[in-house]
Amino acid sequence: MLISLFITCYNDTLFPDTGKAVVAVLERLGHTVEFREAQTCCGQMHYNTGYQKEALPLMRHFLGVFRDAEIICIPSASCVAMIREHFPVMAADSADPRLIEEVNNLLPRVFEFTELLVDKLGVTDVGAFFPHPVTFHTSCHSLRSLHVGDKPLRLLKNVRGLQLAELPDADQCCGFGGTFAIKNAPVSSAMLSDKISCILKTSAEVCAAGDNSCLMHIDGGLTRQNAPVKCMHIAEILATTERENNPEDRQ
Amino acid sequence: MTVRVGNAALAPDFPEAAKKQLANAQMRHNVRYATDVIRAKRNRVVAEMPDWEALRESARQIKAHTLRHLNTYLEQFEKACTAAGGHVHWAKDADEANTIITAIIKSHGEKEVIKIKTMTSDEIRLNPALEAEGITPFETDLADLIVQLGNDQPSHIVVPALHRNKTEIRQLFLEKMKLENLGDKPEDLTEAARRYLREKFLRVKVGIGGANFAIAETGSVCVVESEGNGRMCLTLPQVFISLVGIEKIIPKFSDLEVFLQLLPRSATGERMNPYNSIWTGVSPNDGPKEFHVVLLDNGRSEILADEKTRQTLQCIRCAACLNVCPVYRQTGGHAYGSIYSGPIGAIVTPQLQSMQHSQSLPYASSLCGACYDACPVKINIPEVLIELRGKVVAAGGAPASEKIAMKAASFALSSSQRLAAAQKLVRIAQWPLLHDGTISKLPGFLGAWSETRNMRAIPAESFREWWKHRRKDQHS
Repeated sequence: MLISLFITCYNDTLFPDTGKAVVAVLERLGHTVEFREAQTCCGQMHYNTGYQKEALPLMRHFLGVFRDAEIICIPSASCVAMIREHFPVMAADSADPRLIEEVNNLLPRVFEFTELLVDKLGVTDVGAFFPHPVTFHTSCHSLRSLHVGDKPLRLLKNVRGLQLAELPDADQCCGFGGTFAIKNAPVSSAMLSDKISCILKTSAEVCAAGDNSCLMHIDGGLTRQNAPVKCMHIAEILATTERENNPEDRQ
Repeated sequence: MTVRVGNAALAPDFPEAAKKQLANAQMRHNVRYATDVIRAKRNRVVAEMPDWEALRESARQIKAHTLRHLNTYLEQFEKACTAAGGHVHWAKDADEANTIITAIIKSHGEKEVIKIKTMTSDEIRLNPALEAEGITPFETDLADLIVQLGNDQPSHIVVPALHRNKTEIRQLFLEKMKLENLGDKPEDLTEAARRYLREKFLRVKVGIGGANFAIAETGSVCVVESEGNGRMCLTLPQVFISLVGIEKIIPKFSDLEVFLQLLPRSATGERMNPYNSIWTGVSPNDGPKEFHVVLLDNGRSEILADEKTRQTLQCIRCAACLNVCPVYRQTGGHAYGSIYSGPIGAIVTPQLQSMQHSQSLPYASSLCGACYDACPVKINIPEVLIELRGKVVAAGGAPASEKIAMKAASFALSSSQRLAAAQKLVRIAQWPLLHDGTISKLPGFLGAWSETRNMRAIPAESFREWWKHRRKDQHS
């Protein structure tokens, strides 16, 4: 299957390893990945901060880039939520019938990474090997907008050697919230502090998520405290195989 | 200045107020404890409802329909209520409502009123208005009494004294009720309040309350409560006045079937409220001889006129969104600077003030969506928050640094060439800030991030660069 990757602007810039991992997993499963270099951003930051007008050209650009892509894979639940929830609103507001139609045509082709694996490709075991205790943070967008349910957990449970540690108060926001983390930094930090206590309670070595935005926030707090927990996008765990993890194989 | 929502117009911005509240460890502990208890109860009684989602959808549709035809239903209510012996008054704003209510009390030569819990009366600052005219209001709801005696502000829509614990309340009662001894069990505190209030119930001739629902078809008003103080206020005085926001109208008596399942479960985690009072006008030899309804607009028509944010008026004031909100649970209600706090307060307060004040409130949310999930009438609060943020930006209310950053981002993201160039630029710009691959102090407004959080170095190669190299390698 030909899968078009929308890497998202902040993964592109800040978390290229996530993109490499998505490519590795999909290619290992026998699919072809394409990356349309004209892509930029879905417009979420502008839209959610009140700059809806500025988000509109970004949406138009996105629609142009992915017009004829059959399957679009996005390793970020919040960007998928932006597309599913707000693209139709923006299109309706524009009262441009062509734009409305383009958005309607786009939506069934958009998949968050774990949705793509479980729902579209019907895979829950990607042949990964990761012998570490891992806890999973369900981002608010994946939980309440995408309703991903237990899809990420089913994928993680099938990873060889991985011990899944349940995160207490898993439905609580980590406090990132985009520009909220800056505009209301003390409240955001108080929320983060609660999230970090929950993560530390699990004794996991790795905190995983489907959103690098949450992970950037959580990692920022963990490293400030010198806490011994690493943050990883779920794609990076699923990309890891026995060969990479086994010292004997490496030699 | 004209009062719109209590003293909200004079309140400090949310970030500033929140910072102060975050330093109050006792209050945060009280709020955390109380919201945990209510949330657990709410989840238990909601889980036992197989048709919860259908009920929510019914409620949303009833409210949305009513709002579309609000003028018709308000007139129908007036007619039915008047036919049943009630008097209906229309108040366009807080001042007008206060004047109407004061005049009714004065026409009876009374100097005291007893009150059922009504947030709307706090919205219009009724108590100070009455006091200025020499009329003493007595709050009879336990939590409102605690707030009144402590000269405090409500911090929660359903449980106004949620920020106080038993020990603090006992201290307050000892002092204000001039008691010698008082235990610290909840029963001791309610007993003290009961003794304090009883003689007022028997003496005072005028009662004032709000409404949970006003029924257009029958002209009835419905008030639900837990303590029975409301029932006393509704039956003992000679005169009763209901202050009703125009959005409290529902078309039919049978619509209560939906709302009386949703409201108690969402508000206090009960299957049914202990006291459900529904009355229609006046009845001979039963209850008050004179009944007034003051229908209050106070900015609601403006919200109604905006199709995108109109859903705000669907609110039935259950406060389920407060109890699940991770921001409210950190800061408590006072940080919102309004008697309407939490997520619903963040959308109601600025809109009732025509977006002229409280512009920081739409930003007092991480947009986590827990409020929308909990809302029994399905108000999409995150969507409204974003819409209001747009209004703040359009009116020039955003900080200059943010506007510049957003403009720069717009430019950089407008094409992939510009994005690639911007990526190279920030990679170079970060060098002076980097120590061991980490940034622990960011410049300008980004410094708010690095107060508590590190930032990893921006990797030497972006994904798009990696992809380009990889393709070259594959082709060579």
